[in-house]
Amino acid sequence: MKELSVSHLLGIKYLTTEDIELIFETADHFKEVINRPIKKVPSLRDITIANLFFENSTRTRLSFELAEKRLSADVVNFSAASSSVKKGETLIDTVNNILAMKVDMVVMRHPNPGAGIFLSKHVNARIVNAGDGAHEHPTQALLDAYSIRESLGSVAGKKVAIVGDILHSRVALSNIFALKKLGAEVKLCGPKTLIPKHIESLGVSYEPSLEKTIQWCDAVNMLRVQNERMSMSYFPTTREYAQQYGLTLDHLKALDKQIIVMHPGPINRGVEITSAVADHPQAIILDQVQNGVAIRMAVIYLLAAKIK
Amino acid sequence: MLLNATEIQIALHRLACQLIENHNNFEHTVLVGLQPRGVYLAERIKALLVDEYGIKDVPLGYLDITFFRDDFRRSEKPLEANKTQIDFIVEGKKVVFIDDVLFTGRSIRSALTAIQSFGRPEEIELLVLIDRRFSRHLPIQPDYRGRQVDAINGEKVLVRWEEKDGEDAVYLVEQ
Repeated sequence: MKELSVSHLLGIKYLTTEDIELIFETADHFKEVINRPIKKVPSLRDITIANLFFENSTRTRLSFELAEKRLSADVVNFSAASSSVKKGETLIDTVNNILAMKVDMVVMRHPNPGAGIFLSKHVNARIVNAGDGAHEHPTQALLDAYSIRESLGSVAGKKVAIVGDILHSRVALSNIFALKKLGAEVKLCGPKTLIPKHIESLGVSYEPSLEKTIQWCDAVNMLRVQNERMSMSYFPTTREYAQQYGLTLDHLKALDKQIIVMHPGPINRGVEITSAVADHPQAIILDQVQNGVAIRMAVIYLLAAKIK
Repeated sequence: MLLNATEIQIALHRLACQLIENHNNFEHTVLVGLQPRGVYLAERIKALLVDEYGIKDVPLGYLDITFFRDDFRRSEKPLEANKTQIDFIVEGKKVVFIDDVLFTGRSIRSALTAIQSFGRPEEIELLVLIDRRFSRHLPIQPDYRGRQVDAINGEKVLVRWEEKDGEDAVYLVEQ
């Protein structure tokens, strides 16, 4: 009988390869559950989960909430915009107040890197990191790798390219950790200004040309340009970025193989990916969204099993 | 040893015949083997119905009850799920649950909840190879039983199947 080696999901960095495999196997079962006529199981009916979103999110929050509800957990939502955070309350106080109402698990998105790790040391609840600044976004990386496994049969030995704004992307960092742990080769592509220095130390390579990158890879993950995190200009214009790093139908047609196209969303159509590619059969963007619910159910289920 | 291979074979034939008595040609009936140990019995029963008794189409599904159990987080070891595969509609059908041993009845209680995710069956019956008396926690009884066994709490009924364990046999062992 298997269980996770960790008590919180703070980042992919802290998971073992066996943990990731266990999450995938559990997600297989939940994927079957969410395709039933009645998509709900009563496993977590005695668990209460708080979703704390100190940063905006649509799909991640919805996905977590659906995952929790399909496990029959009780769910409370909290967003920073309408909270006492604005009145000067600290993070620990906010969370301890919520936990005083008997909450077992906290799903948190926070603009500061390491917020989840900090919280896990100070409060008594399971913590799931739903994105902390430009640090990690573990469930996104898990669902990306899970989608690759589903489309290509396995992750080990596959060549995966991550294209775009690597510098501001928590998705990229978590993806690199997850893909490397599962034995994939990873190549990064994008304007040099948006690639962190010394990124090769994580065991990935860099290729400035999009054409060469997709020629090489089996799967390409197109990241959004995170304008909201940019305090200075990293490239001349959005149009120039789109011309150099936007994935088009011509790119896909020029290849003598079929690669899968992924995107963590939200898509900026016409910037990093054209409409024709986003709606192309080789794009598995909506499969990723569906897998996201199954993966989050698996993560929450496996963490809940550790509440004694 | 409670049952040897021959005795199991006789019991399986009798159970298959009893099913035919109640379900004729299985037009409105589906078999559901409960994961993990009930599926071997379910496959045997289906094979008998098809090969020996000429029933043409017997739908067989597998139901995993892990996520419906009432002892999640109460048991010592984590619960591991198995595959659920039900490729037919159970709405309005007669469902026969198949499991190897009926003990406390809690698995069956979970299965009754779990099957509702696939529709509203017209009726549900229960077929077990071994029915342990004196151990029920819930008011659940089998409709078809291979053998009734008086086993006390310290004892365990072990059902072994050729395809999984290398022999057909049922043992009563001290825990």
